[in-house]
Amino acid sequence: MRLELGIIKIEDVQFGEETTVRNGTLYVNKKELIGLVRQDDRLSEADVELARPGEKVRIMPVKDVIEPRVKVSGSGELFPGIIGKMGTAGSGTTNVLRGAAIVTVGRIVGYQEGLIDMSGPGAEYSPFSQANNVALILHPVHGLAPHAHEEAVRFAGLRAAVYLGKTAKDLAPDELEVYELSPVTDTSLPKVAYVYTLLSEGLLHDTYLYGVDAKKILPSLIHPNEVMDGAIVSGNCVSACDKHTAYHHLNNPVIKELYRRHGKDLNFIGVVISNLNVTLADKERSTDYASKLVKLIGAEGAIITEEGFGNPDTDLMMLCKKIEEYGIKTVLITDEYAGRDGGSQSLADAVSQADAVISVGNANEVIALPPMKRIIGDLKPAEVIAGGFVGSVTTDGGLNIEIQAIMGATCQLGFGKLTARGY
Amino acid sequence: MAEKKYRVVHYLNQFYAGIGGEEKANIPPLIKEGAVGPGRPLQQALGEEGEIVATVVCGDSYFAENIEAAAETVVEPVSRYKPDVFVAGPAFNAGRYGIACGASCSAVSKKLGIPVITAMYKENPALELYRKEVYIIPTANSVRGMAEAIPKMAGFVRKLGLRQEIGLPEADGYFPRGIRVNRFVSRTGAERAVDMLLSKLRGEPFQTEYLMPTFDRVLPSPMVKELQSATIALVTSGGIVPLGNPDRIEAASASKFAEYNIAGVYDLTPDAFQTCHGGYDPVYANNDPDRVLPLDAMRALEKDGTIGKLYDHYYVTVGNATSVANAQKFGKVIAEKLKAADVDGVILTST
Amino acid sequence: MVHVASIVPISLTVGANRIVPAVAIPYPLGNPALPEDEERELRLKLVKKALRALQTEVEKQTVFEE
Repeated sequence: MRLELGIIKIEDVQFGEETTVRNGTLYVNKKELIGLVRQDDRLSEADVELARPGEKVRIMPVKDVIEPRVKVSGSGELFPGIIGKMGTAGSGTTNVLRGAAIVTVGRIVGYQEGLIDMSGPGAEYSPFSQANNVALILHPVHGLAPHAHEEAVRFAGLRAAVYLGKTAKDLAPDELEVYELSPVTDTSLPKVAYVYTLLSEGLLHDTYLYGVDAKKILPSLIHPNEVMDGAIVSGNCVSACDKHTAYHHLNNPVIKELYRRHGKDLNFIGVVISNLNVTLADKERSTDYASKLVKLIGAEGAIITEEGFGNPDTDLMMLCKKIEEYGIKTVLITDEYAGRDGGSQSLADAVSQADAVISVGNANEVIALPPMKRIIGDLKPAEVIAGGFVGSVTTDGGLNIEIQAIMGATCQLGFGKLTARGY
Repeated sequence: MAEKKYRVVHYLNQFYAGIGGEEKANIPPLIKEGAVGPGRPLQQALGEEGEIVATVVCGDSYFAENIEAAAETVVEPVSRYKPDVFVAGPAFNAGRYGIACGASCSAVSKKLGIPVITAMYKENPALELYRKEVYIIPTANSVRGMAEAIPKMAGFVRKLGLRQEIGLPEADGYFPRGIRVNRFVSRTGAERAVDMLLSKLRGEPFQTEYLMPTFDRVLPSPMVKELQSATIALVTSGGIVPLGNPDRIEAASASKFAEYNIAGVYDLTPDAFQTCHGGYDPVYANNDPDRVLPLDAMRALEKDGTIGKLYDHYYVTVGNATSVANAQKFGKVIAEKLKAADVDGVILTST
Repeated sequence: MVHVASIVPISLTVGANRIVPAVAIPYPLGNPALPEDEERELRLKLVKKALRALQTEVEKQTVFEE
């Protein structure tokens, strides 16, 4: 499977008469986009606002972030099996509006969404402070059930990404990235697999694989290219800091890094997808199955990533233990919940085999965010979102809040450069 | 002569100060000007920059009655000398001395805001008690390690005195305090993960960024003897609260727990109760809160005489990213209340 | 005290001494797939098991499966 990503660099976003890309600027026809999104009659109101890097803007509450892409050639459409036509993703050519993002905004359950600061100290903690964001502010019809509300917002974001992505279809890319797992002739290179776990714990804790609810899957093999066309879509929002947004799935950094070193110092042999369910029996079943797959494909080493925290720490530890027991060496990527003083145990579970762990930071660290000139969305949920507390909103409109509330602050795919050390 | 850059007060026990042995172990704090006993080689190691202006001496057993009160009495004489750094010991493997050193350092740090440091052997029982709040330097297990300990202590005192930043435990030679601190580094987590895996596969040394935690253990409580006359209480970390979450327990990182009166309540229904826990799909608990806090079942067992009584109050917090330290605090307070109310047993439910 | 929780490994890791495995994270003492009366039965059974655990002398961490 060979996939070419045609990268179109977006340096600015503006409203315009026509939705198009010209000289590195993405122009958005606001009315058209709102009309598209409101075709779903579960949404009573929709608005669009723009946020650019460096602006004194805060966006909250954020549900998801999606990168606009379009399939130029190859089977399937973007987000296949969910809003795009079904087909195996990951081959042909896909164009990407790099530097642009759709952000879905609006209170769903109210305590599980996050925030993005486009400037100031908070900007350092989110990759989306560097994107030209098209924020969709969405309101459900009165009385809409939570499951339907989540789905409506999820689909709105994906549709908007497809709509904007279409502008890239006939553009000549600025850069080309080629993804192909060419056969490795150097047999001394260690065979490395990636175990990619997906949160699947219910309303606002779900993920979809080709449109299938990950709760229902047995661990399976996937080609790393498939995620680049949106085979995996997020429906969750537990804590903003370690939620894998659709953007993160599309740009999975573990896959990127394994590809970069493929044929040079390792042999990237494949990706095993697994889920994170709510019963002990399911956790045992999935971790047994996933570790067996890792063994069956002949891995010598595996990187394991987690989504969420708390009970998924058990899945992470079970995977580590079972894979190591097969004689395969593991490295785990996880964030920490060590309390605001950093002095509490960071994980809910532990196994002695987990001797190689990458930490992407303590999510409980409290940060003082300055007031922003413009708020896209609503500041009020700050006191109830995960990481917020009574008194989080200060009198001048600033926020005292845990980094737990910032989108992507401790993404456990290893997207960012934050870590925690023991002092 | 160059002006001294920082002032130091040193703490010693009666033995190292040359006052006496066990027969002097009860002496309250007394002050000696300048450096005494091991303070002298310490002063030499500090050179021209730092001056040990006074030494506080206490008997090891003075602390035995009431550690905190004893530590308080050390603070006052220390404050009179206005030191920049307070250093205690080295205590090696002496338990009472280690506790006196740790407690004094802790009190001085809290009351006077002065940087503190002590030193002891890794098996000294005081280490686990004070390592989180006080810098502690590893030493050998007996006074034979004095010559090795002094320069290490001097180096650290100097750093504190000159207000230099204390680095990682491995670099600056102190027992890790178990405090996690965030910082940005130059490579992403994914890049570091692949690096670490390759090192591990090649058999090269690597350093994990996070050591697996250990949790303490408690002794099992004795069984409940006569259930039919026992009072059983319900506690939950599942976030079941009266509708509206009146005490605003946070959906994550809970900073509090709450107590609610359920006298006369036989069933938890969605018009009166809800969940406020942000870490699980709330739909099922909101439709029937008994699924997380089994009140209806307990009432049935109270009615048929299986248990004597369901306690009139239940306790709730949210176990979602809530720190272990906070959970421990809540647990202690809740346990005290239950004990005071003569509750015989507790069912704790979690999600 | 007895801990009623579904993810037994965590309960063991954090040191609970009497553990009763629960149904699932969002409904430890319930099962929305069952009709109401069966669900209440299930809940009663689990609570009775928890009470039996309280009446059992234990020397170390014990999971009450049956």
